[in-house]
Amino acid sequence: MEYKNDLGKPWRYEEDGFTVTRTSMWSPPGCHPVGCGLKLYVDKEGKLDHVEGDENNPITKGRLCVRCLALPDYVYNPSRVLYPMKRDPKDRGKDAWERISWDEAYAIIKEKRDYFAQTYGPECMAVFSGTGRSGGIMCQEMAQKVLGTPNACYTQSGFACYQPRSAACSCVLGAYYPEIDYAGGLEGGYDNPEYVVPEVIVVWGKEPLPSNGDGLFGHVVLDLMKKGAKLISVDPRVNWLTTRSEIQLRVRPGTDAALAMAWCYIIINEDLYDHDFVDQWCYGFEEFKNRINDPEKGITPEKAAEICDVDVAKIYAAARMYGKAKPATIAWGLAFDQNQNGNQAGHAMLAIMAITGNVDVPGGQIIGEVPADMGMESEMAAGAGGAQIEKADGAWEGDSTDVISFGGIGDETAQGGWEGIGEELTQKTIGMDQYPLYCNNIRMAHADMMLDALLTGEPYKVRMGWIQSTNLLSPTCCAEPSKWYQGLLGLEFCIATDVFLTPSIQGCADLFLPIQSCAEKDDVNMTHYAGSPVMVGAINKAIDVGEAKSDAQILVDLGNILGSPRIAGRYTTGAEYTSDNRAVIAGMDIRALGDVVYYQRGCNYRKYEKGLLRPDRKAGFLTNTGRVELYSTAFEANGEDPLPYYSEPAFSPRKDPVRGEKYPFILTTGARTYAFFHSEHRQIPRLRELNPNPLLEINPEDARKIGVTDGQWVEIANEFGKAKFKARVSPIVRAGTVHAQHGWWFPEQEGEAPNLFGVWQSNCNDLVPNHYNSKLGYGAPHKCMSCTIRPLNENLDADMSMIWEKFGKLVK
Amino acid sequence: MGEIWKVGEIMAVGYGLLIDYEFCSGCQTCEVACKEEHDLPVGKWGIRVLDDGPWQKNDVDDEGKNFNWNKIPVPTDLCDLCADRVKAGKDPSCVHHCQAFVMKFGTIEELAAELTKKPKQVLWVPRG
Repeated sequence: MEYKNDLGKPWRYEEDGFTVTRTSMWSPPGCHPVGCGLKLYVDKEGKLDHVEGDENNPITKGRLCVRCLALPDYVYNPSRVLYPMKRDPKDRGKDAWERISWDEAYAIIKEKRDYFAQTYGPECMAVFSGTGRSGGIMCQEMAQKVLGTPNACYTQSGFACYQPRSAACSCVLGAYYPEIDYAGGLEGGYDNPEYVVPEVIVVWGKEPLPSNGDGLFGHVVLDLMKKGAKLISVDPRVNWLTTRSEIQLRVRPGTDAALAMAWCYIIINEDLYDHDFVDQWCYGFEEFKNRINDPEKGITPEKAAEICDVDVAKIYAAARMYGKAKPATIAWGLAFDQNQNGNQAGHAMLAIMAITGNVDVPGGQIIGEVPADMGMESEMAAGAGGAQIEKADGAWEGDSTDVISFGGIGDETAQGGWEGIGEELTQKTIGMDQYPLYCNNIRMAHADMMLDALLTGEPYKVRMGWIQSTNLLSPTCCAEPSKWYQGLLGLEFCIATDVFLTPSIQGCADLFLPIQSCAEKDDVNMTHYAGSPVMVGAINKAIDVGEAKSDAQILVDLGNILGSPRIAGRYTTGAEYTSDNRAVIAGMDIRALGDVVYYQRGCNYRKYEKGLLRPDRKAGFLTNTGRVELYSTAFEANGEDPLPYYSEPAFSPRKDPVRGEKYPFILTTGARTYAFFHSEHRQIPRLRELNPNPLLEINPEDARKIGVTDGQWVEIANEFGKAKFKARVSPIVRAGTVHAQHGWWFPEQEGEAPNLFGVWQSNCNDLVPNHYNSKLGYGAPHKCMSCTIRPLNENLDADMSMIWEKFGKLVK
Repeated sequence: MGEIWKVGEIMAVGYGLLIDYEFCSGCQTCEVACKEEHDLPVGKWGIRVLDDGPWQKNDVDDEGKNFNWNKIPVPTDLCDLCADRVKAGKDPSCVHHCQAFVMKFGTIEELAAELTKKPKQVLWVPRG
């Protein structure tokens, strides 16, 4: 039977009394930008009636996850705030908000910003961001371009999400983060003749199906399995995907560096590596090999088996299976970031990908092209048609980390500082003296040192804050949120942007600016923040809701009001701004992109041979040597070991057996659910219903031992904090390890302080301390903490009928 | 298709859903797609993903493949196989949105033929 579908429909059309707008979804609600295809059905009254998956999207092909399906419930949620509000700073925590106009809000911001900048210097202002929302990646722009302060800050300790991996990519690979190749950038997808289905996919420290991490549409892994790809999983915890894997290595949390080094040991010593790639494109292979084989700092598979607590035969089997497969690809995840040894784990991981010849080949790891230096494109064009590409034998003269982290060579100069704020001000960034690689690689202040500054006033007092589209106090984007709460309360003035009144805003902000959802604005989605050659998509506006504005519109409005040199007079709308800064990757403007909706970038494999990974268009990689640095000169220059090593997690019972007796359970956090994006969606009844309560997974053996039954509430605690969860007794976690869900707050509970929507009830991040970072300032022990567990007699189960009553009646 | 669908009634005759539970990931898209399509409140469902597992098949080895964990979507009494959508020539919403591409809608005859092609499938006929 043949069914109608909407393939080939224009970006907007009429159907059965609805105006249908095709769009590429991204934020808010948050997601790591895949750019899933949506059709937004708008009725005659201009209201969003329902959404459907757009079959025209080359990757999602009509599929959608629950969060987009429930978009109308989010957009018209009765608890959404749709106009600007102010509150006297002395009423923080109280429901004492007063509705104001945008003009008044902007006037207040101008007055405050001018006062603080002129009185104390612009560095006394800070902009805080979280993850997965469009406003998050505009954090630096709001700080530096608009307000003129260097202090943008992603508040999670050690930037323990992506940046530890990204720093390894900058230093070792000299390229963007290498993502698995799922043919997303190729016309025709898997059927494109250029594409090769990987023989083996390794899913390492990641659960791509619910998370869509880093723009990887998770269910493509299933597509590829159906086409013959075999899976290897590296994860302490069993998840549905690992039950479909040939091999699962259930490593002890936080030991990934040891396992990755053991894989290098097997691949090198059993001669499973690509000699040609190593000879031509790698630097420091001998030193690397010597480190891997070093009796003290090296890691044999036998040693790894002991450290990681897995069967050595499985380590051999997995490394051989990967090493012999052509092509093979690895999806590496958050586990690399959430420990102190993550830079080294990342280093060894990139070495595995490189020495097996899987970098930037079909079905291997793909990386985005970097923009050419001024004039280089035309020279390339002139020399096209067989001209020999010069091979790089050293560094590019510009700032490589800037190129890799920001996808542009821009007009950053040593004199100009970040976004033209000047070098002197740039050097005042909090944490710059101690962690220059961290700060420069992402143009941000160091998170842990920012918290110190908020609490102590050292090295200087932060007086004005801007919470940019993040709910940092809920357990997602900071460690020890109770301390962050105290720190934020010390601000003299605090502005916040969001869709909902979150605990962070109710607790700490004085001015609230409502932002638009993805259905309400013209914007641009870049899959994987443009780091992978996959897709650029148009976010096409379909509806208006209240007085909300887009993140980009607020940026542009304020840039004009404050006279920010890179915005004032140059842009009037947010769409113009994102057109220039994002649509440009597709080689078109936002309106042209809006018409095509999805633009596939083309993979253009083996870019290192074509000069497309360096602004100077020389062949090679954007490192100090022009090659993949198995021996990292950049790590060395920053005081870190140029070769990988293993270090034991700070809070493991093995590291400190005395403490281990007191806190015997290894605590991991952060696994994803389908229902929520981090701290979002708790007020969407149809999603909350899928996961009504915060869960702690505990092995049946442990549950019996401490007298806990399935569904009983428990309290986890350590010397840093405590939190309550509902126990889910399950063998998916190993005896001795528990997993706590993150992101929890309870929009149905009392919002005023001290309760703040129950944000302290189940806050697993309060058990995770700050300042347990790598030598370079990266990573935090979110996935390798430890705790004790106490059964509770109270029952804190959510009342779903009350939640439906409160949030189920949409306000259209 | 008009002859197969009883005009004016929300009832499909001779149709079913074929589900490949080897690859059903349990993402619950079918559940929420259905609830949105039929505007079902909390507590009511047109389809449910039943969770068979996770339990260990033997006690020797605890890696993933030694776990039984099958996610099996089952239509409820409220499932009308999206009669209105089907009449308009569309797939039922659960089938359209399934992230794992494991659901098919069709006549019992054609789905039964599909059923012979691979194991770990189930054919539901929610309406007689």
